[in-house]
Amino acid sequence: MKSPFANLIVLFLFLVATHSLAGERQVVRMAITTSTENSGLLAVIQPAFEQALDIRVHIIAVGTGKALELGRRGDVDVVLVHARLAEEAFVAAGFGVARHEIMYNDFIIVGPEDDPAGVRGMQDAGKALLQIEAAAAPFVSRGDDSGTHKKEQVIWQQAGIEPQGHWYRQVGQGMGKSLQIAGEMQAYTLVDRGTWLAHRATIPLKLLVFDGADLKNAYGIIAVSPERFPDVHYSEVERLIRWFESDAAHALIAGYRVDGEQLFYPVN
Amino acid sequence: MDSLSASTAESFRLLFSGDAALWVIIFTSFSVSVRAILIAAPLAFVVAFLMAHLRYRGRRTMIAGFSALQSIPAVVVGLTVYLVFSRSGPLGDLQLLFTHSSMIIGQILLSFPLLVALSHAAFQAADRRVWETSVTLGAKPYHAFMTLLHEIRFGLIAALLAGFGRIIAEVGCSMMVGGNILGYTRNIPTAIALETTKGEFAQAIALGMVLLALALLLNGLLAFFQGRGEMSS
Repeated sequence: MKSPFANLIVLFLFLVATHSLAGERQVVRMAITTSTENSGLLAVIQPAFEQALDIRVHIIAVGTGKALELGRRGDVDVVLVHARLAEEAFVAAGFGVARHEIMYNDFIIVGPEDDPAGVRGMQDAGKALLQIEAAAAPFVSRGDDSGTHKKEQVIWQQAGIEPQGHWYRQVGQGMGKSLQIAGEMQAYTLVDRGTWLAHRATIPLKLLVFDGADLKNAYGIIAVSPERFPDVHYSEVERLIRWFESDAAHALIAGYRVDGEQLFYPVN
Repeated sequence: MDSLSASTAESFRLLFSGDAALWVIIFTSFSVSVRAILIAAPLAFVVAFLMAHLRYRGRRTMIAGFSALQSIPAVVVGLTVYLVFSRSGPLGDLQLLFTHSSMIIGQILLSFPLLVALSHAAFQAADRRVWETSVTLGAKPYHAFMTLLHEIRFGLIAALLAGFGRIIAEVGCSMMVGGNILGYTRNIPTAIALETTKGEFAQAIALGMVLLALALLLNGLLAFFQGRGEMSS
């Protein structure tokens, strides 16, 4: 009695028996922000640290809020995010070991060429958002609890406004997608400079507001606490963090350019 | 329109120049979904057979249940698998989150009700006498079962194709439990989602064409086997 189904059952048993779970374990899992991935920096530095440290790193690119949540649940070994206050809270609550600031750049506000809210050339992001709100000009918010979204909320808060109305559109998407949506809608949006430089060739928006004191964007790396989650790969993560603080890493980060412009500045 | 035609041209170049990154993604999709369907199908066929041949209390409820579960949203399965396998979840110690294993488990759960419902229909349509004759002629239950499977093979293949079509194209569950890790758990649907957010439409279009070609092929085969199944019954 030979039927294809008998073979199928044998194959099934074989798969169940040989499906090894062990081979999938010895890797470091790093949750990073979508802005780091979308800017293209990661594609440059990942091969470098994997080779230098002889480890495999699995990158999970999500918003900062989600990345920290993955850390709080012990689902990743290390997080690379950009929301200083949330990072400090993460460490204070015992989920992370310590925050290492590794690089920074800045946020900017981009918007339509004709600039209906008249914010072109402003530096103070809070005042620019006030004008956008007053003009009820379309504004795209990430709305996904990411680092950029947290930054935007802080700026609104400091300006004393709770944004609401048809003009304020929370899209719940990553940075690149949000920029595209803002481009399609001819809306204003807050974006990190790295993602903007990587995308500006295809996005019909203009850089309008930058260089404000309230627009700094610092990236921190935090090892998930081995005390709380004994099975995280802490020693590998320590080596990874030390790599980020090395001259080799600084040179790579500072050397990463899009259209001749530097996207990230390493912190010494 | 320029960007559309340029992206499409670039996507063809990617597909046919053997761009390694692209083919790793395609391979991941197939590897995960084929393993999921091979694990889910035998179990589903046995359950469907028992539902078709045994008379017990709750049978109708069970049939209705599997029928209803066919439309379970992928993101709900994804969320469930995520919460169960997260290290803070009940099965967190297995460390399966963000691996092929968790993606396979998600896809098994997604395809199982569909496989049961469709193969149950095939078992129902089969002539009961095939089973009875085999047993009367002295066949052991296992052999009688194999004969029956052979008898309704077109219906079962149709069920397999439909199940495979459901999981190869789903994005919600793979994204949540696989994590879209480059070179590992990134499959066709999650890669399309990501490339689109990055504005890299060429790769998204290339992968979209693979998925579209596959969907057309699967549906063509499905129609063919369903036709054969009807003829033979």
